[in-house]
Amino acid sequence: MNDDKVISVDGLTKRFGSFTAVDSISFDVSKGEIFGFLGANGAGKTTAMRMLCGLSRPTAGRGSVAGFDIATQAEDIKRHIGYMSQKFSLYEELTVRENVRLFSTIYGLSDRETAERAAIMFDRLEMTSMRDTLVSDIPTGWKQKLAFSVATIHRPAVVFLDEPTGGVDPLTRRKFWELIYRASSEGMTVFVTTHYLDEAEYCHRISIMVDGRIKALDTPAALKKEYGCRTMDEVFRSVAGGAVRGQ
Amino acid sequence: MSGCAIQVRDVSKSYGSVKALDGVSLDVRPGEMFGLIGPDGAGKSSLYRIVATLQHPDAGSVAVDGLDVASAYRQVRDIIGYMPERFSLYPYLTVRENLEFFASLFGVSVQSGYDLIAPIFSQLERFPDRRAGALSGGMKQKLALSCALIHRPRILLLDEPTTGVDAVSRSEFWDMLATLRTQGITIMVSTSYMDEARLCDRIALIHNGRILDTDTPARLVASLDERLFDASAGDMYALLSQLRGYPGVTDCYTFGATLHVVADASFDPVAATAALTARGLSCVSITPAHGDIEDLFIKLMGHES
Repeated sequence: MNDDKVISVDGLTKRFGSFTAVDSISFDVSKGEIFGFLGANGAGKTTAMRMLCGLSRPTAGRGSVAGFDIATQAEDIKRHIGYMSQKFSLYEELTVRENVRLFSTIYGLSDRETAERAAIMFDRLEMTSMRDTLVSDIPTGWKQKLAFSVATIHRPAVVFLDEPTGGVDPLTRRKFWELIYRASSEGMTVFVTTHYLDEAEYCHRISIMVDGRIKALDTPAALKKEYGCRTMDEVFRSVAGGAVRGQ
Repeated sequence: MSGCAIQVRDVSKSYGSVKALDGVSLDVRPGEMFGLIGPDGAGKSSLYRIVATLQHPDAGSVAVDGLDVASAYRQVRDIIGYMPERFSLYPYLTVRENLEFFASLFGVSVQSGYDLIAPIFSQLERFPDRRAGALSGGMKQKLALSCALIHRPRILLLDEPTTGVDAVSRSEFWDMLATLRTQGITIMVSTSYMDEARLCDRIALIHNGRILDTDTPARLVASLDERLFDASAGDMYALLSQLRGYPGVTDCYTFGATLHVVADASFDPVAATAALTARGLSCVSITPAHGDIEDLFIKLMGHES
């Protein structure tokens, strides 16, 4: 396998009984790439993402994430990736500092590493004064940035972001994407799902899943050209408009 | 006051130390599609619960069709159809049972309201005996809307009906709303998707419990009076960092495939293009841009903080 490929899957398939949720998908994601994983509701995105994160075994096909095999080395994958979703990312009833400590311990960082990285993180996020505040009491925008930083405190090769900006105000959404840009420019691979199609424009490459298969995969510019569309929104409608599932 | 479908006056609501609504006033006119646009935590759902007679405000008043929501709540409930943000149907009842249940709550038959819901409900007719909990997201949404409409309400209250829904289903849902609007139903719909604002007759922008502005989408966009430019370059992140500190630039943020640059009169896009190219950026392009609701929201949020 090429060292530059942080994610590489070939014929990845997941069946539940007679239902094929993910139907033989293949793609590679490079180091430092921001890869947008789009699809209509019910297209199979979540199932595919669960396999990539080592949470679900594929029925067929193979793949590797961060250098580990998704079928046989699921535990190693979990230790070497970051994950953040809109629904769950931080414990609301713990303070900012307690959340950082909890996640860094789960990821196996030493006390010294935790202290060092936490100090850098609080400084970068300008959150030093909020260290001892309960997460439930900090504004949404700060929570988002903190959640991303906590999910990447062990400096994983790849971070999976599952609709990280749903319902978030336009300013916070943009600040969040600046964090993604910075992580990517520092060599971290970012695998992200979103329903905001303007955010799809920020990705280096986009895949669009329809009914379990990848129907389109390219840079936003190339997709717009291929489908003769002005925006990614139009591309998405054109590609996903014929979906059978999710109706 | 007569003439308003929904009249909200100086409404405030707190939960402990959290001020969810802070002196909110707005008028929704009969027959219009009124959008309440704002992010999570802006206070949208609190306002819906108050208008839907489910919660009292700490201060202020709300009238629906001229009826006070506190004293005339029973009459108000017959007039409104309310679809809350969270899935509100009984998951263990079937499609048909849910519809019959909601019709019986209002003392009407399913038949009497059927022509109104037919365009929405037609896709669900294929599986009347499926449990609501086993429906897909898009189908649940159609059933919930059918249940909210079965008693022929004059006013429809929809709290974030398109959250978490993909772009294709979102656009189908808005088509359904447009059809309902032609039947004379007043619709108050909330969303955190700024691009849905343009589908409304009038909108209110809400943030941190306060209304930032209310008007037609076109007039609100026209109120953006700054100079605005689209900027792009080979390395967008480097371009963003460079433009943020550039003389004459008051704000710069990502906007789809480009950056939006808000600038004062001293900013010269031609000179800036040359200067940024000289600093090593490739393919620099800076051209005049048209703003939209999202630009306005960012601007108004900036004024607040």
